[in-house]
Amino acid sequence: MSVNHLQGRPVPFVDAGISIALAGSGGSGVMTAGTLLLTAAAKAGCYGLMVRTSGPQIRGGEAAALVRLARTPVLTLDDRFDLLLAIDWQNVNRFADEIPLDASSVLLGDPDEGEAPEAFRAAGARYLPVSLKATAKGIPGSWTNMVALGLAGTLAGLPIEALESALRESWKRDVGKLAANLKALAAGAAAAKDIDGVPRLAAGNGGAADRWLISGNEAAGYGAIRGGVRFVAAYPITPATELLEWMAPALAKVGGTLLQAEDELASVNMIIGASYGGVPALTATAGPGLALMTEALGLACCAELPIVVVDVMRGGPSTGIPAKSEQSDLSFAVSGLPGDAPRLVLAANSIADCIATTQWAVHLAEELQAPAIVLSDQFMGQSRAIVDRPADPGFSGRRLAAIAGASPYKRYLDTPSGISPMAIPGTPGLVYTADGLEHNEAGTPSSQARDHHLQLDKRLRKLADHDYGRWWADVEGSGTHAVITFGSTTGGVREALARLNADALGVRLLSLRLLAPLRCEQLATALEGVTEVLVVEQNHGGQLFNYLRAMADLPGRPRSFRRPGPLPLRPGEIAAAIRDWVGATSIEKEPA
Amino acid sequence: MNQPAPPTEVLTAANYKSVYKPIWCPGCGDFSVLSSVTKALAILQVPPHEVVVVSGIGCSSRIPAYTSCYGFHGVHGRALAAATGLKVARPELTVLAAGGDGDGYSIGGNHFLHACRRNVDLTYIVMDNHVYGMTKGQASPTTEPDWDNKLSPGGTGIRAFNPLVIALASGANFVARAFSGDPNGAAQIIAEGIRHPGFSFIEILSPCVTFRPEQREWKRQAHHAPVAPTDDAARAARRIMTDDGFNIGVLYAGDRTPYPLNGRSPQLTPEQLAAEFQT
Amino acid sequence: MNTRKKPHVAPPAKEKSAEAPGARATQPPADPEKAHLSLVEFMAQAWAMEAEAVQRYGELADAMEAHNNLEVAAMFRTMAQYEGKHADQLLAEMGWSEPPIMARSGFRWPSFEAPENVPFEDLHYLMQPWHALELALAAEQQAERFFGELARAATTPSVRRAALELQEEEREHVALVKAWMEKVGKPDRDWANDPDPPVHNE
Repeated sequence: MSVNHLQGRPVPFVDAGISIALAGSGGSGVMTAGTLLLTAAAKAGCYGLMVRTSGPQIRGGEAAALVRLARTPVLTLDDRFDLLLAIDWQNVNRFADEIPLDASSVLLGDPDEGEAPEAFRAAGARYLPVSLKATAKGIPGSWTNMVALGLAGTLAGLPIEALESALRESWKRDVGKLAANLKALAAGAAAAKDIDGVPRLAAGNGGAADRWLISGNEAAGYGAIRGGVRFVAAYPITPATELLEWMAPALAKVGGTLLQAEDELASVNMIIGASYGGVPALTATAGPGLALMTEALGLACCAELPIVVVDVMRGGPSTGIPAKSEQSDLSFAVSGLPGDAPRLVLAANSIADCIATTQWAVHLAEELQAPAIVLSDQFMGQSRAIVDRPADPGFSGRRLAAIAGASPYKRYLDTPSGISPMAIPGTPGLVYTADGLEHNEAGTPSSQARDHHLQLDKRLRKLADHDYGRWWADVEGSGTHAVITFGSTTGGVREALARLNADALGVRLLSLRLLAPLRCEQLATALEGVTEVLVVEQNHGGQLFNYLRAMADLPGRPRSFRRPGPLPLRPGEIAAAIRDWVGATSIEKEPA
Repeated sequence: MNQPAPPTEVLTAANYKSVYKPIWCPGCGDFSVLSSVTKALAILQVPPHEVVVVSGIGCSSRIPAYTSCYGFHGVHGRALAAATGLKVARPELTVLAAGGDGDGYSIGGNHFLHACRRNVDLTYIVMDNHVYGMTKGQASPTTEPDWDNKLSPGGTGIRAFNPLVIALASGANFVARAFSGDPNGAAQIIAEGIRHPGFSFIEILSPCVTFRPEQREWKRQAHHAPVAPTDDAARAARRIMTDDGFNIGVLYAGDRTPYPLNGRSPQLTPEQLAAEFQT
Repeated sequence: MNTRKKPHVAPPAKEKSAEAPGARATQPPADPEKAHLSLVEFMAQAWAMEAEAVQRYGELADAMEAHNNLEVAAMFRTMAQYEGKHADQLLAEMGWSEPPIMARSGFRWPSFEAPENVPFEDLHYLMQPWHALELALAAEQQAERFFGELARAATTPSVRRAALELQEEEREHVALVKAWMEKVGKPDRDWANDPDPPVHNE
């Protein structure tokens, strides 16, 4: 149930599954082990999620793969980890906040690498020494992380065949070393039998299901291609780079082009140029890059040129916390442009939804001849998940093409929908100049009041009056209380509501996919019967809360539950906040 | 709408002019550059609708709408970025970028360097008048250090930048200097620049009679380069760095391989592409 | 005109025709290909010179119209018409239905500009009819000198005759413009005064 577009659909059951953190420092290979663990889980018919975390070093820094596997779709990380398996402890204590443990957690570490840090032991986790490096050393040509993979996978309850198959398929080096590492895997698996206290997944359904293993960044890139994007200008920035890197070869295969730009000012203007040429175009960036693109986004508004900018949000302001997630670009995305500049702002609410939302963004941008900003974030972008094969929503926007006729062509013709037929260079009889200067219907620069008002109205109307259908939000559950959220936080909210049995509690969920233009009427309809609203988001200022209060009439006394990054909002803390809120607001309503 | 004149069997310069009367000061060299651009296109006989003129902001950046070609009047300093995206996405179009010295060398300086080294098959025309005209006469990167103006009384004290040397050092494949007072010569150079593969940079000295009336004297200073174009970058560099700044002609025409333009046909459908995600 | 077609003439003395203002030391390298002008080539060049003048006067008129100086704009339009008539006469003389292709893509002149062109940079938005006539006068005088040079250099009687006739016509234009200048009179010394500063834009 990666995406639920049916209004009022009950919030699903969620299996807590098992949460495993694989940690280590330079050269320990925990990311590879984590990726293979996820692949093996997919082969075994499980769902899963792997979140990466690492220190600031380019290579050799401390790193951890945070993996959660379950029998039902994994919406987010759990509140705690069942197992922390460390290949070594070099600075791994820095992840103490990210890898919460408790008395029922198991801490596995190599005794040759010293004591487990106090930061982890303090929670009361049970420490068990397990020899990893020495085991690998005993099998010439093998790697320690494969011993760890065998151990972690077996503890999770994955069959050794799934782990072996994952390793074989990923192997790109010489065959002799593959045999050694298969042995290391088996040795790790054998070591697992001495360890108890880690919950094991029940056997999966054999991997027959049609599932995808995909990261949020790949998903957004894929959605873009499916929506018709064939030109990308790229300037690297954490955590959006993988999106662009995935697209470089992928675009070439579908006949498109990716070009590396000299900066974000160039990348956004390059895609505007390509789009003017009739080719659907996209770039991806993070907050600092989005800031640089602002002026050109205004050009796309004014000249009515469709472009898509994916903002993989990270901690801000300024350079902020580049490799950690935060939902703090919302205010900037919805209102950060000089002038009255209506634009589309969409937010993907799960890794799988990065496909559909980006695809929809391309569709809307093309159809409405406007810039679209897609908000993703580091938590989705750089994480991988096993998801049900996402259905193709079929979005592929087509621009309203101009046809040469007897009368002179008016590029910015005032039509009832606000959408004017657009000429593509190379077409005879339709030449015009796209302009960031205010213009009349013909496209001639004009500072006259009449032209300015007409074009402002037109640019606003084409977005405001468009029928966005059911895609504007995911509305789930029913009840007098409504939780409103967006983006990756939706996963945590969904799980929280499932845990709380939201239907019994009387809480519904609204996850907004279209943030601008805000669908105030649909929002009012979705909130019918609601007396209280709680807005949940991962930022410091309550950006969604403030935006909604400025734009819409929310029932009751709207409350905000928010926390900035870098830690994700955990389902447990969200559930607690909801429980308290429902309790408090219900008491308030009862006469004393 | 830049309404083109009805085409005849042979296109003349007039076929590349729009119905709009340029809003440039009477006396401005840009009138002449516009004339040269239209003459160059007439020399090449390329249909107006297959040409796009891309610009940023500034007096000279108003040029797209004055042609009967497709036009793109974007934001300040980013003409080359937009032109690059357009050309790479639509290689079959003839793409000209045009603008002034402030737009191209100051706010757009980084794009200038990288457009030269990227060597996409574009022609970039800079109408250089050593001044910001649209904002009423401030110093630009090519302004003399002692030129007194309101924003920098007594002059900036900063030496002027040599765009041709920068272009050459950055890898432009065609480097030329033209003069607005030599409209037919400039037209020939522009036509040559468009024909030349890769990134062609044409600096056109184009006087601003409003803020730099002394530039009317340029017509007495400009002269044809006494040498033939070279494909030797070192020789061209020496030539450019030692000339008087009024040497008119093609100063370098290289043979660097241009940026490869997309001619690939799709090998996979998006559905087939998804095979890599299948578990 | 009663010119007759005849083949080759001697090369025009390009270096001598460079006395026009603004043309100091600006000659392109001598082009041996063009050393021998046929009558057809000569007439094509003459036509191109007139055609460029038509185009230039049109552009000057546009510039003045855009700056609300309608009086001078109208004057430049009139000049454009005169030059247009002149160009048409040349076509008629040669029996051409349209100009030869070589005349259309822009000649390289001994100086930067075509001899009869008023340079763009000599315009001023507040200029008065007298100034416009002054510029036209310079252009006509230059054209007159240009044809005079060609006539002196011509070795073929037909080309020389044609050049002399065109020179004579330009001389008549010079006289006409001078007479016109008498009528409009010299402007005040402060004709270029503008109490307002230039405006900011974009």
